[in-house]
Amino acid sequence: MSDTATMATGPELSRRTFFKVSAIVGGGMAIAATMPMAAKALGQGAPAELNAFITIHPDNSITMIGKNPEIGQGIKTMLPMLIAEELDADWDLISIQQGDLDMARYGAQIAGGSTATPMNWLPMRQAGAAARQMLLQAAALRWGVDISELSTEPSVVVHAASGRRATFGELAEEASHTPVPDLRSVPLKDAADFRIIGRAIGGIDSPRIVRGEPIFGVDTQLPGMVYAAYERSPVFGAKIVSANLDAAKAEHGVIDAFIVEGNGNIQELVDGVAVIASNWWLANKARAKLDVQWDNGEWADHSTAKYDETARRLMAEGQPEEVFASKGDVDAAFAAASGTLEAEYHYPFLAHVPMEPMNCTALMHEDGRMEMWAPTQLPMNGQMSVANYLGVAPDKVTVHLTRMGGGFGRRLMNDYMVQVAAIAKQMPGTPVQLIWSREDDVRTDYYRPAGWHKLSAAWNESGKITGWADHFVTFNLGPAGGFNPATMSATEFPANHVENLRFAQSKMRTSVPMGALRAPTSNAMAYVMQSFLDEVAHAQGKDLPTLLNEIVAGEDKQEGAFGFGGFAPGFDPQRLRNVTAKATGMANWGKPVAEGHALGFGYYYSHQGYFAEVAEVSLSDRNQVLVHNVWVAGDVGSHIINPYGAMNQVHGSVIDGIGQALQLAVEIEGGASKQSNFHNYQVPRMPTVPQIHVEWVISDYAPTGLGEPALPPVIPAITNALFALTGKRIRELPIDTAKLV
Amino acid sequence: MAFQVTINGETREIDAPEDMPLLWVLRQELGMTGTKFGCGIGMCGACTVHLDGVATRSCSLPVGAIGDRKVSTVESLGDTPVGKALQQAWLDTDVMQCGYCQAGQLMTATALLNANPDPSDEDIDNAMRGNICRCACYKRIHSAIAQVAREDTANV
Repeated sequence: MSDTATMATGPELSRRTFFKVSAIVGGGMAIAATMPMAAKALGQGAPAELNAFITIHPDNSITMIGKNPEIGQGIKTMLPMLIAEELDADWDLISIQQGDLDMARYGAQIAGGSTATPMNWLPMRQAGAAARQMLLQAAALRWGVDISELSTEPSVVVHAASGRRATFGELAEEASHTPVPDLRSVPLKDAADFRIIGRAIGGIDSPRIVRGEPIFGVDTQLPGMVYAAYERSPVFGAKIVSANLDAAKAEHGVIDAFIVEGNGNIQELVDGVAVIASNWWLANKARAKLDVQWDNGEWADHSTAKYDETARRLMAEGQPEEVFASKGDVDAAFAAASGTLEAEYHYPFLAHVPMEPMNCTALMHEDGRMEMWAPTQLPMNGQMSVANYLGVAPDKVTVHLTRMGGGFGRRLMNDYMVQVAAIAKQMPGTPVQLIWSREDDVRTDYYRPAGWHKLSAAWNESGKITGWADHFVTFNLGPAGGFNPATMSATEFPANHVENLRFAQSKMRTSVPMGALRAPTSNAMAYVMQSFLDEVAHAQGKDLPTLLNEIVAGEDKQEGAFGFGGFAPGFDPQRLRNVTAKATGMANWGKPVAEGHALGFGYYYSHQGYFAEVAEVSLSDRNQVLVHNVWVAGDVGSHIINPYGAMNQVHGSVIDGIGQALQLAVEIEGGASKQSNFHNYQVPRMPTVPQIHVEWVISDYAPTGLGEPALPPVIPAITNALFALTGKRIRELPIDTAKLV
Repeated sequence: MAFQVTINGETREIDAPEDMPLLWVLRQELGMTGTKFGCGIGMCGACTVHLDGVATRSCSLPVGAIGDRKVSTVESLGDTPVGKALQQAWLDTDVMQCGYCQAGQLMTATALLNANPDPSDEDIDNAMRGNICRCACYKRIHSAIAQVAREDTANV
C-alpha cells in the first residue's frame, strides 16, 4: 500500500478527519484508546448514560450503541459483545441501537479492510470496563465499603462479605456522578473469565429481519417522500449532451426530470439525468423516454479484448514502464539457476453486486441542512463528499446509518450519496429516495480491476528460490485519486523471502471505474502467486505446502514487515506453518482421494489473517467443475469473538471465492459493461455449494478481522486441484472448462 | 386504475397502473417493505411472495394480473405454523449475514415445506436455487429448512 494512511488519533479525531480508502482497505489505521467518555445522569429514575456507548435504565436493561456500519459482517452484534464482556453485563438485558455518524463521539465508524476487530478489540472493552468501574464506585459509596471488596455477576454488583447486592440499574444514576476512570489504566478481565467473548451469539437484528420489519436503507420511509432514478451513460467517461426531459415528465406519475452535471470526480458525481416520481418503478420506467445524447469522447472503443491484446503485447515486449521493487541481481540469479519457470496469468474485472441495490434517502431542510439515511461503509467520506458538493461545512450534513444489504467494498464509494444530495438540493423540504436498478448496479460499479502478470522464477540445485520477477500490466486510474486497487504490493509473497527480486509494471489508460472488492488486491494476487508457486513446486517434484515451508524455513517473525498503522504484528512464518499443517491434516493431504477427484492447496496472508485451504474437485459429465469439499484452517489470533459470525464469514468468503474462480467476469465492450444483471453475472447458488470444514489455529496475537482473509486462498486451491486432476494449468479466470479437456 | 387485492387476508384498495409490478405496489404504495427488490427480472428471488400459496416473484407480477388470487408476504409469515417454525429455525441456526435476501428465502422455503413436508437434500437445493444469497449463507439456510422438516416429520 503506497499511499500514506491518514492517522486518526484520539484528541485530534474530528469530523474533518478524512479517511483515505487506501488506509482502510489495506488495514492501515490506528486509533488511540481515548474517546470522549463523559457520563450523564438524565434525572432521578431516568436512564443514566455512563459513556457514549452505554445507557443503563432503572429496570436494569441496557441500551448500547453499535457504532460501525453493519453490512452483514455482524459488527452491530460483535462490538457490543466486547463492551458487554468488560461491563460484565447480562447479554439478555441488552438492546443495541445503531449510532449515527459522529466520529468525535464514537471514534472511527467504518466497515472495510477487516479493520473493526483489531481497531476495537481494546477500546470497546475499555469502554465497558470503565462503566463497570463507575458502577463499583457507586456501590462502594452507597455501602461505605472499599471498592476492592466488590465484584460483579452479570449486571449485578456484589459485596460478598455482607451479602449485599445491587443491580446495575439500581446503581446507574449514582454511577453517572462518579469520576470517569482513565481508560488506559482501567483493569480488564483475565481472558479465562470471559463469558461473552467466544460465545456463539445470534445477530441482534435477525428477529426483526425474519419478520420483514423495515431496517435496511431502502426501507426508509418519510412523510411526503418521492423516489428518484438516475440515468447515466453506460460508456464510462461520457459527458451528457442533451435529454428529452419533457417526454419523461409527460409519463404517468413523474414529478420532475432534470440534468445533473458531474463534478469531475468519478468517485462522487458523473453526468446524468434525474427522474423523480411518486413511485420508483414509474421513475425508472420513464428513463426510457429520455433519449439522452452522450459524448463518449475517446472511450467508446475500449474493450476487454483490446486491453488483453495490449497487455499481452506489453508482456511480450518486456519493457515495463517502471520497476517498483528491486533487490539483488535477478538476471544473475536466472543465469546461474538450475531451474527456471515463466508463465502469464490473467484475471478479469469483477462487480460487487450486494443484494440491496445502491440507494440513499436525503432531505434538504429549508435552513440548508442536509439530512441523509445512508447505507454506506464509509459514512465519513460520504458526508465530506456531500458537504463539498453542496459547499457547506460537514456538520451541516447529518448522516443516519442504516443496515445494509451487503457491501463487499462497493459501499466504500459514496457516489449514490452525492447523487441523491444533488437531487434533493433541487427540492428543499421534500425527502427523496434514490434507488438504482440492478442494471445500474452492475453497469456502473467500481470494479475489481482486471490484471495481467508475467511471472518468472529461478531456483538453485537445492530447490531454493533464488530469483523472483513479475511484469504486472495494470491500469492507470487517472486523476480521480483515492484508493487504487489496480496495484500490487512490493512485499507480495514471497518477495520478502527471496534474495533477488524485480517487480515491474506497465499501465494502460482506461475510464473503467475501479474500487475495492472484498480482500482487494489479495483476491487476485493469491490466485496468481499461489498458482505459480504450485507450478514451481511441481517443477521441483514437490508439493506446494512443502515449498511454502521451505520458503520460510529458519525464518523468525518479521517485526513491522507488514507494519500497517500501529496494530499489525508483522508477518510471523510460524503462523503460516501452523495453518498449512492444520489444513493439510484436515484434508488428508497426500492420501488417496476418490476416483476422478483431486485436491489442491492454497495459502494466503491478508488483513492480518493467515489462511490455508484445500479444495477437492472433479469434473462433471458435462465438463463442469464441481467443488466437493473445502478445508479451511485460519489463524486470526487469540479469540474467535463470536463463533456464529466467524463461521458465516468463512463460509461466505469461500463461496465468494468459488464464484470468482468458476464463473464471474465483467467484460468491457464499446466502453461499457457487457454484464447487466444476475442472468449474465451469475453468482453462486445453493446447489453448487461444497461442504466447508473450518478449524481455527489459536495464537497469542490480538484478534483480527474475518470479513476478507478466508477468501483469497480458495481460488488457487481450486486451480491447483484442477491441475492435479487434468494436468492443465489455469492461467486465466474465470476457469474455462473447454481448455481442461 | 383502482384495484382490489387481497394481501395477508385484508382487502386493499390500490390506485396504480395495472402494469406496475406487485413489488412496487407493496413497497411504495402500501408501505410494506418486507418484500425486497433485488434484480427486477425474477432472477434473485428477493421479492418472493405467495400467490395462492405458490412462491411467486413479485417484481415480475403486474398488479393487474392478480385478480382474486390471494397474496401473502413475509409480514404475515409468522401467522402460519410452517412459516413461524422456519422463522425460529432461522434464528436458532443464526442463518443470516446481511439478511436482505432472507424474506425471499423464507417465503420460498415455506412454499416448499407446505408442498413437500419431507424434502430430500436435493429437493431443498432445487427449490432454493432461484434465491440468491450474495453473502452465501446457503449451508445454514439448507440446514434450517432440513431441521424444520425433521421436526415436522417427527411430530406426525
